[in-house]
Order: sequence, then structure tokens, then C-alpha cells
Amino acid sequence: MSADRRLTRRAFTSGLTSFGLGASSAFAQGFAGLGGEATGFAPVVPGRQLVFPADFGAHPAFRIEWWYVTANLRDANGTDYGAQWTLFRQATAPPPQQEGWANQQIWMGHAAVTSAATHRFAETFARGGIGQAGVHIQPFHAWIDSWDMAAIAPMNDATLAPLQLSARGTDFSYALRLDATQPLVLQGDGGYSKKSERGQASYYFSQPYFSASGTLALDGKPIAVTGHAWMDREWSSQPLASDQTGWDWFSLHLASGDKVMLFRLRHADGQHYFAGNWIGRDGKSVQLAPSAIVMTPTASTTIGNRKLPTQWRIAMAERGLTIDCTPLNAQSWMGTSFPYWEGPITFHGSHSGVGYLEMTGY
Amino acid sequence: MSRALWILAVLMSHWRRHPMQFATLVTGLIAATALWSGVQALNQQARASYDRAAAIFGGTRTATLIDPAHAVFPQQLFVDLRRAGWPVSPVLEDRVQIGGRSFRLLGIDPVTLPPEAAAISTVGPRQLAAFIAPPGRTLVAPETLQDLGLRDGATPQLNDTVTLPPLQLEPRLAPGVLVMDIGMAQRALNKPNEISRLLVGQQTQGMRPPLESITGSTLQLVQPDAESDLARLTDSFHLNLTAFGLLSFLVGLFIVNSAVGLAFEQRLPTIRTLRACGASLRMLTAVLIAELVAISLAAGLLGLIGGYLIAAALLPDVAASLRGLYGARIPGQLALDPQWWLSGLAMSTLGALAAAASSFVKMARLPVLAAAMPAAWHETQQRWLRLQGGLAMSMIFTAAGMAWFGDSLMSGFALLATLLLGAALALPVVLDATLDMGARWSRGPLINWSWADSRQQLPGLSLALMALLLALAVNVGVGTMVSSFSTTFLRWLDGRLAADVYISATTDAQASAIKAWLAQRHDIDAVLPSGRAEVQIDGAPVEILGLADHATYRDRWPLLQATANVWDKLRDGDAALVSEQLARRLKLDVGGRLPILTPAGPWSLGIVGVYADYGNPKGQFAVNVDAMFEHFPEALRTRFGLRVAPAHIDTVVNALRRQFDLDSRQLADQATVKTESKRIFNRTFAVTTALNAFTLGVAGIALLTSLLTLGNARLPQLAPLWAIGLTRRRLAAIELAKTMAVALVTALLALPLGLVVAWCLIAVVNVKAFGWRLPFQMFPLQMLTLLGVAMVAALCATLLPVLKLARMQPAKLIRIFADER
Repeated sequence: MSADRRLTRRAFTSGLTSFGLGASSAFAQGFAGLGGEATGFAPVVPGRQLVFPADFGAHPAFRIEWWYVTANLRDANGTDYGAQWTLFRQATAPPPQQEGWANQQIWMGHAAVTSAATHRFAETFARGGIGQAGVHIQPFHAWIDSWDMAAIAPMNDATLAPLQLSARGTDFSYALRLDATQPLVLQGDGGYSKKSERGQASYYFSQPYFSASGTLALDGKPIAVTGHAWMDREWSSQPLASDQTGWDWFSLHLASGDKVMLFRLRHADGQHYFAGNWIGRDGKSVQLAPSAIVMTPTASTTIGNRKLPTQWRIAMAERGLTIDCTPLNAQSWMGTSFPYWEGPITFHGSHSGVGYLEMTGY
Repeated sequence: MSRALWILAVLMSHWRRHPMQFATLVTGLIAATALWSGVQALNQQARASYDRAAAIFGGTRTATLIDPAHAVFPQQLFVDLRRAGWPVSPVLEDRVQIGGRSFRLLGIDPVTLPPEAAAISTVGPRQLAAFIAPPGRTLVAPETLQDLGLRDGATPQLNDTVTLPPLQLEPRLAPGVLVMDIGMAQRALNKPNEISRLLVGQQTQGMRPPLESITGSTLQLVQPDAESDLARLTDSFHLNLTAFGLLSFLVGLFIVNSAVGLAFEQRLPTIRTLRACGASLRMLTAVLIAELVAISLAAGLLGLIGGYLIAAALLPDVAASLRGLYGARIPGQLALDPQWWLSGLAMSTLGALAAAASSFVKMARLPVLAAAMPAAWHETQQRWLRLQGGLAMSMIFTAAGMAWFGDSLMSGFALLATLLLGAALALPVVLDATLDMGARWSRGPLINWSWADSRQQLPGLSLALMALLLALAVNVGVGTMVSSFSTTFLRWLDGRLAADVYISATTDAQASAIKAWLAQRHDIDAVLPSGRAEVQIDGAPVEILGLADHATYRDRWPLLQATANVWDKLRDGDAALVSEQLARRLKLDVGGRLPILTPAGPWSLGIVGVYADYGNPKGQFAVNVDAMFEHFPEALRTRFGLRVAPAHIDTVVNALRRQFDLDSRQLADQATVKTESKRIFNRTFAVTTALNAFTLGVAGIALLTSLLTLGNARLPQLAPLWAIGLTRRRLAAIELAKTMAVALVTALLALPLGLVVAWCLIAVVNVKAFGWRLPFQMFPLQMLTLLGVAMVAALCATLLPVLKLARMQPAKLIRIFADER
């Protein structure tokens, strides 16, 4: 398994050999060599206190970082949709920060809209230091090209809401307003999220309580939608462990109001690394024991020459949870420079609800 | 299967008995394939290098945004456009001097560079970080590295102040270009936060808002051209080569046609016998086709090798032509892809099959039990001749229409093609009419017989005669054009090289030192300062030449058109002389105005004259040198000319060379420059001349094979004459006279046709291709020589069959009557 194939949203999971830039960009093929050792970058250590709003912004001392929003949406007719908005940052060199074009940050944006019938996505790249992409802390504003995630004043630093979210590609666009009343949630152990037994980790917090409303447009036809959205903020410097080949990640909005984040980092030897957090209605985030998570693929979809497990059974005996997850569109393939699967899902069983699934390294 | 093999063996035995015929067939195929594939190889090589040149910077293949009023504009507009959803990528470009040589420095942003703007990926895998992070990289072609005299990794300096990022070899890059990250380029050119243009990618993020709503009226969208600049510029040149290649190919096929026809004719009895023995028509056809395909593949392979050799031999000249005419640089090493080999073999095979098609049709219609009386070779058909005449007329009318209405390079070539084809088709009709007329005016049975026999012979010879006509006409046309060009060019060169010694100093300081030193000397009649600058007009670079106000120019500078007191007006400052190419391209006229943007602001120039500027790929205009430095204060003042009495030239040149250590690029006397220019000129047309000679040679072979074919088939016509008392020698003499007469008529027809071709080349094709028009001149001596060469070629071709006839065993002639025919 080549390093390039492993990349994903949870970028460090891939060793972030790159965000990868595929054939869609002249620069694409050039991005690969950025991996390697994290010498000169800040380490991820347990016990760091995340601070808001400072941690809304970029952490250029760390190698990689992302602002990631997924939304499960529905229109007035009851038709389901999904939307994705992602901003990645990667540093080509450790600090100090250089000015202008010499700035070592490379930014990548991914956006997508999914329905049962179609999956549309777009990708874009930018250099730091000149204003084409970046993140302001106050007022909060993350952008690349014409894609924005911006605070609607007055924004509450505790909830990171309300936000205006927009992106567009050749054949789709969306503009959503995100509101939340509950505060941000720290993932892992107080925001320290382990990715392997050997110490690979990231800083990770989320806003899983967003309610979303706004408009999607497919082929120029506007559709009014409402639903749930989930934001992940994560940054790190460390590459994936060398024997980790990919990643299956879930964010679940349970009908009960509880939220669940869980992932499986696949190991070449089958000894996968499991992790997750159960986030109660009350906002309390509890780390799940790896042994308590059972994730079983139940059906797969062939996309191109890849075979992806698009249906899953998830069981957590401690929580009395056994659910079967079905994708809204099994062809939710992000054919970006670094291809991966990312799309909305619904689930039934002991609990029901909606969520997002991301699978990389297939 | 074994039956097929037996049939093949029987048919092949024919070649064993007629090795000469086999050689003719193979020669025809080899000649056709070699010339065609050689020309294709040259074209392919050149096109690949244009792609290389166009690849890196998007060239004109990508839509761009420019500021029509300024050379650069703020980088913030790039960010604003990206933020509005425009898929743009910034480029900063300027010319720089390193060690006295000029290079094009190009700053790009590899992260946003649209994929279609970079046919080669500028920044290979794992190079991005090194490219954009300090110290960065300067990508250069091997040729550039050689020009700089530096190694990979070296860090050259600009103006002794700015150090460029380390050089890195990038073989796919065009020569003369330095490519680096835009940030590094801004620093090197001291243009912080400025860009020259924006490439507009094809990937859009949905609907993009109108340009005006983002950048106001600052930027202007320039739509892409389908081809790169160089590809477009040099189209005519390649079309020219292709036309020659195709002509040679067709002439080669004439040979194949006659060889296959002859073989078929002679194998008719065998074929009839085989059919009578039970070989099916289908089987026979299949075997004959298989045989032909096998021969054509083998010959095609040899032809390809020949083509490779031709291309390799001509490449230096082609490279020199392209550099001289268009400034396009192509590498001197041939690199051919497998497609070239395959297409060459395909051409050879398909050509052979096409040439043999009529024979196959004939065989298919051959009745099994018919008497083995071979049809007279191509029986005369008045109806066919009339049809051909009509076709020829319509071709010539089309050509006339093209000449009248056509306004493009393609229509120019179409005009040539229809004209030549029409003339070739008309040839048999004209010859037939001529022979008919001759027959009416002549007395005596033998003369009458020979006129009639010539007419009867005509269909068999007409293809070869057409080939001769085409080859001769093209030779006359191209020869006239080249000679016209040559005389005009040399006269122009005399006027244009006004100064006696040319100096190009390395730096302004050195230039001042040289001028001070010259002022001390008494053998210098005048120092003529000159200046060079470059501006963009309509997105294309245009040269500006600064001329001193001096009698030298007044007396000698060659003007095509001028107002009264042109040089006084030029001295006053706001006036310009424009080159013919620029005048044609921008549709400028004397009395008009040419507004340009200079570093010191807009400058509106009145056009006071037009001058010839042969061989310059760029547009150019000349202004007074002092006025130029006012508007281009940064322009280098390193070039100047000297007027020196002829007796002192060598002394001055040697003294200068010693004193300032100048090499031949920096110091040259007029004679040297002139010799060099002539050398380049001669190389430019060396290819044309070589292809011309090849075509004529192939036409000669075509004539020879046709006559050989006819020789055998015509024995039945000659035998009775011999039987009634004509000696073989007499018969041979009549044969010789007849063929030479027909060839002479053809050659005489070719001369006016060639002049028309020359006119088309000079008045239509050249003007479109190069932007200049030459005065049309006739060269009677050259035409006479060519006529002589054609007649000698015809004589050589006729001699072999005629000698054969003269020495033929009487028994063979008698056998004509004995044979069951």
C-alpha cells in the first residue's frame, strides 16, 4: 500500500505524505514529498488545554490541520442530502513563518453535495501568505478561494456559532447557516486523540450540535434544506504509524440527541486500532474503550477497481447499541487528488439517526 | 493453405525472372515512403519542440487576463479574483540579462497553475517544496545551461546584484527561459506583489461573476488561440514540407503503379492458367494482395530507414531555417515515436494497394476462358479524356476562385494544390490535342503512324508525364521564389547593414568606456548609437529599434514606403518607421498612428514610413534613438555602430578586440555579419532545394519505369513495322524522338505553370506565412537550365528501353507473330 493512497481527511492518519494533489492540478503530482519526519514541528502531547477562540485559528507550528464540516440535510419533500466543507492546511517547512509567497503553508479545500442520485465534489489549492486562503480568529473566518466559513456576528466563542458556510463547484453550490446552543466538545482525552498504541496523536475538538439551514443548488436548481451538521477541528505533526493502511470514521447523530464519533485505523496485520467518544445530550464527552467498539462491514460497493465496505454494523454492548448503517449514496466517492469515500449515512437498529462515514486507504 | 502457398510460389517466380521489375517496384515504394516519412519526421521533431516551448507558460493556449495599460498589476487582483471563484494563476515575466545575454524570466505559482497551462508538469514529484521554499529552484533547459556556461546547481547573478535560485536542469523546458516560483521572481525582478498576467484555468467553481465586478476595467480577458505562437507561425513552413512530402509520395506511387501494372500485364497468362487449373478468383486476389502487402511492408521498412536518414541529414538545415525565420529553437537530435514507424508502414502499404487497385479490378473482370490476348496497355478512351478535361477545368476554376477570394494561408496552399492538380489532369488532354494537330499537318505514312502511335501510347505514359509536369512546375516555382528572395534579400542586406562595425558591449559602463576610447581615435568617421527595447502590442512582443540621426541611414536604409522628409520627421521624436510585418499585422499605414505604452507613459507615434525587415519573426518599429531613451530610460545603451573607412576597418576591429576583450558576438564588422546572414539565408532554403531535387529524381524514375512498361507491351505494335522493312535502329530512333517530343511539350507546359506557382508562393503564401511580399522576378537562365535537366532526365529514362529495342534479337520480334496472342 503506497503512502499516497492512505491519505484522508484525518490527514495525519495517512502520514500525510500529502493531501495529495492528483491529476486535477499541475501542482498535484508535486505535493507528495512533503511527508517524512516531523522534525522542527511542534509535538502533540497529552494534557494540553485547548483554548477558544485561539484554537479556532491555524496552528502553523504543527504540520497538518483541518476545519471539517459535514451536514445531513433534508428538503421540504423529505429528500435527504449531505454536504461537506473541508479546509486542509499543510506546512512544507517548520516555523518560523515566512511572509508573502515565501510562506510555507499550502491549503487545500474539498467540498461536496450528495443525494441518493448524485455525488458532486470540488477541490482547490492555495498558497499561504498572500490571502488566497487562510483562517482569521476574530472575527472567525476560514476561507479558500470563494469558499467561506465565517462567523455571523455576534458569534459565541463557546459554541462557535452562528456560522455562514458556503462553497461551490462546477455543478453544485450551497450556502448554509449553522447554529448551536451547546458548547464545543473535546474529543479523545480532553482534546488529545490517540491514533495508535505507539503515540501518534492529534488535538481534536468538535461541534456536533450544529443545526443547519440554507440552500443547496444542483445544476443551478436551488433546494431549501435543514438538518444537522458536525464540525471537526484537528491538528497534528505526526505521521501515521507505518503499518496503518487506512481509516474508517463515523460521526453519528442519534435520534435521542446523543452524538457518537468513532473510528477504526486499519493495520496491515488486521489488529486494527479502535477509538471513539460518546457525547451525551448534555454535552458530556466520554472516551470509548477500544475493546468496547465492534465495527463490522456487511456489504460492499465496487467503485472503479476499488471495493469499499459501504454498509456497516456497529455494536457497543456497554451502551446497548447495535445499529446497521446504510449510505445515502453508495457512490459517494471523492475523486480528488487524494481519493477517498465520504458521504451521508442513515442507521437503524437499537438506535436510529443520520451521520457521515469516511473511508480512506481503499 | 498449401494451395495458396503454391499459387504464391508460381506468382513469385515472375519476380525471379524479372529482377529489374522487382527492383523498380521496391524502389518506387522506398522512394515514396522515404520522402514522406522523412518529412514527417522533421515536422514531428519541430512540433515537439514547439510544445516544449509552449508547455511551460501556457503560451497563448490558455486564456489570460492582462492589464492593457500596464506591464504589471497588483497581485491583490489575483487574490480578489480567486476569492470570487475565478480559477486564475499568476505569472510574472520579464527579460533579464545574464552575462550580456538576454533570457526570459518566468515566475509561476505551481499550486494554482491550471493543468492545461502546463503540458509538462513543471514541478515534478517531491520537488514542490524545494521549488517554492527558499532558496527555491530556477528551472532551465539544457541549452540554456550551455548558453550560461553554468552547471546544474549554480546560482547566477542578475545585474551583479540579485542572486537567482540554484539552477536545475529541466529537459522538457524551452531554451532561453528561466522558470522559478513567482515569489522568487518578484524578488529577482524587484517587483514585489506585482504580476504580469493571470492564466485562466478551465475548471470553474460554478458561475463566475463578471470580471468588471471584481477588477473594474483594469484587466482584460485575452482568449486563447488554438495553437501555440510558434506552431502557428511555423505552420506555413511545415505545410510546405508536408506538401513536398506528399508530392514525392504521389510521384513514388506513380512508379509503383506502373511497376505493378507491368507485372500484372506479364502475369496475365499465368493468372489465366491458374484460374483454368481451378484456383478461385478470391484465392488469387487474396494471394496477390498478400504478396503486395509483404513487399510493401519490407520496402516500407527500408523506406523508413531512408526517411530517417533524409530527416537526419536535413534536420540541421530545418533547425537553422526555423531559428532564422521564426526564432524557434529545435534540438538537433532526432527523436521519433513508434507512431511514426507505424504510420510510415501504413502509408507504404496503403499506397501500394491504391496503386495496384486498377490492376486488381482488371483481374477480377478477366474472363477465365477468354483468349490470352492482353489488353493494350490502358486502351485509349476518348470519353475518359473528356471527363478528365472537365475535371481539370473545374480544378483550375476553383484555383482561380481561391486566388480571387482566398485570404488565408490555407487558401493559399489550396490554391497551389488545385492549380497543380488541375494542370496535371489537363496535361493528357493538352498532349492529345497537340498530337492530333501534329497528325493533321503531317504527310507520309510513317510520320502519320508515329503521331497516331504517340497518341495511342499517351494513356500509358500520362501518369509519368504528370509526375514530370508537377515536379518541373514546382521546381520552377520554388526556384523562382528562392531566387527572387535571394536577390531582394541581398540588396536589402546591403542597405540595412548601414554601419561598418557593430559593437554590443556587456554593460553600460563598458559601452561608455568604449565610446570614450573611440573618441580618442582619428580613424572613426562616426559613432552611431542604437537602442533596443521591447513592448507588448496586442499581447505580442514587438521590438523597438532606436536609430541615430545620421546620413548613413538617410542614404541607405531601405524603405518600402515613406512620407516626404521622413528622416527629419523621425529626428523630431514622435514618429516611427514600422516593419512590413508589423504594418500588415496591425494594418498600419503611413500617416497613421501607433500608440504604445512605455515605462515613461503612453507614447503616440506617427507612422512616417514602412521598411522591409525580412527574416524577423517579431514585429519591429524604428524611432529616433534619443526619443527612445527618453521613453525607455532603462533600455540598454550597449549597442552601437561605427562608420569607418574600409581601409581602417581591420585595424579598428583588432584594436577594439584587444582593448576590451570582446568576442565575436560583441564585435563584428559588416562583412562578417553579411556573410553570416547569407549563410543563414542559404540554409533556410537548403531543405526546399534538396526536396526539390528529390522530387525531380523520383519523377525521372517514374518516367523510366513507365517507358519500360510500355516497351514490352508495345512490341506487337512495333513488330509489324519491323516486318515491313524498318530497321530496329530506325524504329528505336523514332521511339526516342516521340518520347522526347512528348517530354519536351510537357516540360514547356511546366514552365508557365511554374511561374504561376511562383506567383502564388510570392504573392499569396509568403505574405500570409511571413508577413512580407517580395518583388516578383523571372530568371530565364534558371528556367532554361531546368528545362535542360528535365530533357536529360527524360533522355536517360528513354535511352534504356530504346537501346533495348535497337539491340533486340530479331527472333523476339518474329515471335510476336508466332505467339498465340
